[in-house]
Amino acid sequence: MFKKNMLRHAILACSGASVVVMAGGVQAEELNVVSWGGAYSMSQQKAYHEPWMEKTGDEIVNIDRSGNALAGLRSQFEAGNVTWDLVDMLPADAMIACAEGLLEPIDHDEMLADAPDGTPPSEDFIEGSLSECFIPQIVYSNIVAYNTEMFPEDDQPDSIEDVFDIENYPGKRALIRKPINNLEWALVADGVEPEEVYDVLRTEEGVDRAFAKLDTIKDEVIWWEEGSQPPQLLADQEVAFGSAYNGRIFNAMVSEDQPFEIIWDAQVFELDGWVVPAGKLDKVEDYLYWATDTQRLADQAKYISYGPARESSNELVSTHAETGIEMEEHMPTYEDNFRTAIPKDDPFWADHNDELTQRFDAWLAQ
Amino acid sequence: MSSSVSSGELTTADGVPLKVSLRRAVRRSRLKALLLVAPLLLFLVIAFVMPIFDMLSRSVANTEIATHLSRTVAALEDWDPRSDELPEEPVYEALANDLAEGHENRAIGRLSSRLNYEKSGMRSAVMRSGMASRTMDPPYKEGLLEAHDAWGDLETWRLIKRESSPYTLSYYLAAIDKQYSPEGEIVDVADDRRIYQGLFWRTFWMSSVITLLTLVLGFPIAYLLANLPLRKSNLLMILVLLPFWTSLLVRTTTWIAILQSQGVLNDIMVVLGVIADDARWQMIHNKLGTIIAMTHILLPFMILPLYSVMKTIPPSYMHAARSLGGKPFLSFRRVYFPLTIPGIAAGAILVFILSIGYYITPALVGGQSGRFITNYIAYHMQTSLNWGLAAAIASILLFVVVVFYLVFNRLVGVDKVKLG
Repeated sequence: MFKKNMLRHAILACSGASVVVMAGGVQAEELNVVSWGGAYSMSQQKAYHEPWMEKTGDEIVNIDRSGNALAGLRSQFEAGNVTWDLVDMLPADAMIACAEGLLEPIDHDEMLADAPDGTPPSEDFIEGSLSECFIPQIVYSNIVAYNTEMFPEDDQPDSIEDVFDIENYPGKRALIRKPINNLEWALVADGVEPEEVYDVLRTEEGVDRAFAKLDTIKDEVIWWEEGSQPPQLLADQEVAFGSAYNGRIFNAMVSEDQPFEIIWDAQVFELDGWVVPAGKLDKVEDYLYWATDTQRLADQAKYISYGPARESSNELVSTHAETGIEMEEHMPTYEDNFRTAIPKDDPFWADHNDELTQRFDAWLAQ
Repeated sequence: MSSSVSSGELTTADGVPLKVSLRRAVRRSRLKALLLVAPLLLFLVIAFVMPIFDMLSRSVANTEIATHLSRTVAALEDWDPRSDELPEEPVYEALANDLAEGHENRAIGRLSSRLNYEKSGMRSAVMRSGMASRTMDPPYKEGLLEAHDAWGDLETWRLIKRESSPYTLSYYLAAIDKQYSPEGEIVDVADDRRIYQGLFWRTFWMSSVITLLTLVLGFPIAYLLANLPLRKSNLLMILVLLPFWTSLLVRTTTWIAILQSQGVLNDIMVVLGVIADDARWQMIHNKLGTIIAMTHILLPFMILPLYSVMKTIPPSYMHAARSLGGKPFLSFRRVYFPLTIPGIAAGAILVFILSIGYYITPALVGGQSGRFITNYIAYHMQTSLNWGLAAAIASILLFVVVVFYLVFNRLVGVDKVKLG
C-alpha cells in the first residue's frame, strides 16, 4: 500500500535525526483544522476528531474560518506562514484555490481508503464529485423551511411557488443576502423547470426575469448573512419562511423541538469537503485517509442531516445519535426529497458570481 | 594657547578649532536624537508607509495578463483591436502555449480571476482551455474555439490587448462605477449594477451628519467640563471617558439591545402606550441605527478637543464682554464662540475622518441602507477576493482624507488638535 510505503520512507528518511523523538514513542501532532463552526464542526468533532485523538494522541484544533477560507489561505500563502493543515471548503472555492496553486493535488485512489467491498474511491464517491484538489465529505442542501404554526393546519405551503406567493402565504421571508439560490428559486417559482434553471440564467433575459420575480417579494424579505440567523428568525416567528442549510433546520427541529417543516421542492444541493494547503500533505495524510473512509462518513450522518459523499456509507447511515430518529428521510438525497433537486452549477457561479453579486447589491439598494 | 590667539582663531582646550568642535557636538547630539526616534521611525515605515505603498501599488497592478499571457500579448502586437477579424493562428498558438504553461505551474487561477473581473465567463474559459491545451494539436484556433466560445468573441481579444500593460486603471474605474467600453472608451456601467458612487456619497453625507450631531451634543458638554467647579467637572469627565474606555463591540451591541424591534426602548414605548405592539419602531439595521450608534461612539473625539480649547479661554473675556454691555447670547456669539473654532475644527476633522473609515459599527447595525463603503472594502478583501478593487476603493478614501486634512491644515492648523 502507498500509505505503508510512505510511512517506511518517512521513518527511513528521518531515522537518524529523530531517534530521540522516536524513543519517546510516535510523536503526537497538533493539527489545525478549519471548518464551518456550529453544529457542523460538532458533527466532525464527534465523528472524526475525537476518535482520532483517542486513537493517536494527536491534538486537533478547530478553527471556524471556512466562511472566508479562500481569503485566509491566500493571505497565509502571501505572508509565507501557512498555519492551517486541513481546510473544509466548498468545491467552487476549492477549484479556484487549486488553480492558484494553494492546494495539494489529490490522487484519490492512492491516498484514500477503498470501500469495505474493495470499490476504489474514484468509483465510490458520488459521480463527478471528485476534483483535482478536493475530497468531498457530505452532500448538503439549501432549502426553504417554514414555521408550521404560522399557517392554518389544512393549508401548509409545500412548494417554492408558495414561498413567492405573498397573498396566500403572508409573512416575512428570510433569504440569504446573496444572489446564489435566490435567483434559482425565483425562476422555479416563475415556472422554469428545475433542470433548465441554469440555461435560463445564462441569458440576460433570464437574469432579468429572476430579478423581476424577486421584486414581487422584496418588501417582505429579511436578508440574512449568518447560517445561524434563519432558524432563530423562524423560531421567534419574525419570519414565516426562511432559506437555510438543511442541517441547521434539522437540528432545530430535532434537538430544540421547533415546529419547522422543510420544503424540499427545488432544493439546491452541493458538496462540501476537505482540501489540503500546499505543503501540508505529509502532516495530514494519515488523518485524511482515516477520516474519509466509509465508516467515518457514515458516522458523521449520525450527528447532522447531511448525506455522506460515499455510496458505500449510505447503507451504514442509521439513527440520530441523541434522539434515535431515523436519519434517512431527513437526508437531501432521500428519494422523496430529491425529486426536484437542483445541483448547484459551480462553473456558472464561478463565472457569474462577481457580476451577479454587484447587480444583486445594486438591486437591494434601489 | 597663545598661538591660536595670535592667529585669530578660537580653539578649545585640546587645540581643536572651536568651529569644528561645535559642529562635532551638534552632529553627535543630532545622531543621538535620531537614534532615539529610530525605533518609532522604523515602526512607522514598516507599519504605515509600506502597507500604504503596497495598497496603492495593488490598486493599479495588473501583472497577471502581462506575465501569464506574455506570448499571447506579444503575438497580439500586430492585431488591430478595431478590426472585425479574429486574430490569426499564431496568436491562438501562443495562447495555447501560455495556457498550457499556466496550467502546469498553477498560475492559471489568478489569470482567470483577473479576466473574469472584466468579463464574466472568462474564468471557466481560461480554466477549461488550460486543461484542454495541454494535449492540444494544431490548428490551435480550432481547438481553442472548441474548448470555449469566448475565444471566438472579439471582446475577449480587445480585453486582453487593452489590459496587457502591467498597470491598469480598471480597478479605479470599477470603484466609481465606470468601465471601458468595447471601443476602449470610459463609460458608465449599466444602471442596474451601479453601487459604489452611491456608497461613497452615502458614506460622506452620513459622516457629515454624524459629525454635526456630535458637535451639537458635544459642545454643551465640553462647555460644562471647562467651566464647572473641579469636583463636578471631574465626575462629568469620567462619565465622558467611561464609555470611551469600553470596547467598541460592547457599545455597538448594547445599541442593538436597546434599539431593536423587541428591544428595551420599543418595550418601554409599548408599555407606556405610545406605540402599538404591532407597530414597533424600526430603529436599527438601517441608516438611523448607524447614525445613533456612531454618534455615541465618536462623541468623545468631539468633546475632548473642544474641552481642551475651551479650557484655555479665560473667563475674564466673557466678563469683559458682559460688562461692556453685551447681552449673554451676543457676547457668546461674538467673543466665546469664535475662540472655540479651533476646537470645533479639530473635533470635526477627527470625527469625520474616523467615521468615513468606520467599518464594524455600520456592519453590525447598518442593515442594508446603513452600510458604508468600507463594508465593501471588507467584502472585496474577504469574499470576492478582488483585492485590486478593494485597494482602489481604499485609495480613493485615503485620497479624500488627505484632501480634508490639507484643507484643515490650511484653514486651522494641525497643531491645534489636542485630545484633552
